[in-house]
Amino acid sequence: MDKIINQKAWFLVLPVLLVVAFSAIIPLMTVVNYSVQDILDPQTRVFVGTEWFQQVLRDPRLHDALLRQLLFSGCVLGIEIPLGIAIALSMPTRGAWVSACLVLLALPLLIPFNVVGTIWQIFGRADIGLGGAVLSWLGIDYNYTASPLDAWLTVLVMDVWHWTSLVALLCYAGLVAIPDAYYQAARIDGASRWAVFRYIQLPKMKGVLVIAVLLRFMDSFMIYAEPFVLTGGGPGNATTFLSQYLTAMAVGQFDLGPAAAFSLIYFLIILLFSWVFYTAITNMGKE
Amino acid sequence: MARIELKKLAHSYKPGASRPEDFALREMDHVWEDGKAYALLGPSGCGKTTLLNIISGLLTPSHGQILFDGKDVTRLAPQERNIAQVFQFPVIYDTMTVYDNLAFPLRNRKVDEAEVHARVTEVADMLELGGVLKKRAKGLGADAKQKISMGRGLVRSDVSAILFDEPLTVIDPHLKWLLRRKLKQVHERYALTMVYVTHDQVEAMTFADEVVVVYEGQVVQRGTPQELFEKPRHTFVGYFIGSPGMNFLPCRLDGHCALVDGQRIPLADGVAARAAGATRLELGIRPEFLQLAERPEDGTLPVLVHQVEDLGNFKIVTVQLGGRHELRVKLPEDRPVANGRAWLRFPPEWTRLYADALLVE
Repeated sequence: MDKIINQKAWFLVLPVLLVVAFSAIIPLMTVVNYSVQDILDPQTRVFVGTEWFQQVLRDPRLHDALLRQLLFSGCVLGIEIPLGIAIALSMPTRGAWVSACLVLLALPLLIPFNVVGTIWQIFGRADIGLGGAVLSWLGIDYNYTASPLDAWLTVLVMDVWHWTSLVALLCYAGLVAIPDAYYQAARIDGASRWAVFRYIQLPKMKGVLVIAVLLRFMDSFMIYAEPFVLTGGGPGNATTFLSQYLTAMAVGQFDLGPAAAFSLIYFLIILLFSWVFYTAITNMGKE
Repeated sequence: MARIELKKLAHSYKPGASRPEDFALREMDHVWEDGKAYALLGPSGCGKTTLLNIISGLLTPSHGQILFDGKDVTRLAPQERNIAQVFQFPVIYDTMTVYDNLAFPLRNRKVDEAEVHARVTEVADMLELGGVLKKRAKGLGADAKQKISMGRGLVRSDVSAILFDEPLTVIDPHLKWLLRRKLKQVHERYALTMVYVTHDQVEAMTFADEVVVVYEGQVVQRGTPQELFEKPRHTFVGYFIGSPGMNFLPCRLDGHCALVDGQRIPLADGVAARAAGATRLELGIRPEFLQLAERPEDGTLPVLVHQVEDLGNFKIVTVQLGGRHELRVKLPEDRPVANGRAWLRFPPEWTRLYADALLVE
């Protein structure tokens, strides 16, 4: 069949193009604009080329923050994804308990980020917080404001508490969509519980798992409000993640050039990882 | 392979059910002979699938027992019963190849790989799946997927029976015929006990040695397709089997005859006497057995021809008898029929009497 050439298609793409331009491309371009200039005062600016990028890429404190960030996101995914799947698997699929479970799971998701930080900041204190008090009563020397490890664990536990529900809810949606005939066929085929999970439930959850992994990766990689409230990035730099460092650079020191260069690199890293996860999971199980 | 016996079997989804209408399946005693093919025929929601799931063990009946070769299996799980079941929608394991799908039931039972290979190859050849064994099952068409589901049942050499739950619903009409023939071949080759649930009478008639008609949770008749056609034991069977279904006319009795709107229709000898005392009487006759005449003859009743439908190889003629009752007559294609007056004969050997929906014999 001959291809029909019709240039009108461009007009149909135009609205999307405009929306994306105003919501993403133009703001991004202003950042690009900052990243190649040294702005001395509102009237004086110098073009510096890739200087800021080179400086940022060589910054050892940024390397540390990036490593911390990667470790944190790795831990978040490593805990929340299996835990979320486990919770989804153990939830009832019918009956009165379904709504109760769903409401209970959705609760942490409804709390604003900075409030979550405040809750855990108080909860973890040994003098007035329940969690901190119980831990010190058990004889564990716990102080998230002084010990880097304690601070780290607190931020991690807080994120798990806040976001595992999201993974669980997504997986649950995937699970309840599996027709009963699959489980019946598996029983007739003599499949073990593990085989049912491996060959029926996991493949059928693949779609929602892609979404869960991407959302949790992107969110944890950009985490800001909770550690800002809870630890302020401390003790020392123990919980200074990338966005903390970026904010300190851009808003605290007003180093717009390096901050812009850093933003772009940050953006590219997230894009790269998301692409890797997406391709890896969607290709999983293909020939 | 096994003889399956249902003893006083009944099932209710409600706990503590006592009234008959609470039961999805009303008490029945029933034997499925070893190596025969049965069709469970009935309308949607009549309890066919419930019965099938009880036989396979997916459902434990609330009352009664199931015996396989005399052994009570009522409380056994499906995997302990050696039974295979094919569902309405093809169930395949997405991530596996066709080969692994077929091997799955054997590997779950720790059969050694050489044996697995031999069985899978044999079944794949039988079902003409040999060419796609290495392919991923996910990308195949609905008919191939349904063949895989069937193959997973056939692959086990020790299987007692294969149960089919409307397996051809999602298959294209031209492939349905091929798959049905395949099923028939499988049955002839392995001599397995097969129970096939369907609401399609053609499917039931072509597949089965014996058709079991289920209606409102009860088995209303079992028999060969011919028996069901010629001698329906329940008005539902008459109505459900045959196209168009049996004609039914409310009637009263007068000696050896049935009275329909004051018109006398002769019955076979002795039938009228055996129906005495019934509250609701109906006369039933198949459209195929009614005879239409152009002028009055001995033993004919005057009717009015309403409508003639030409269906290609036969005609369906709708006639009106005595002002209120409509009957359908099936006639050969080449028989000319004019609208207007005609005369209808009820051959007594094909005229059935039903008392409270049950055949009077």
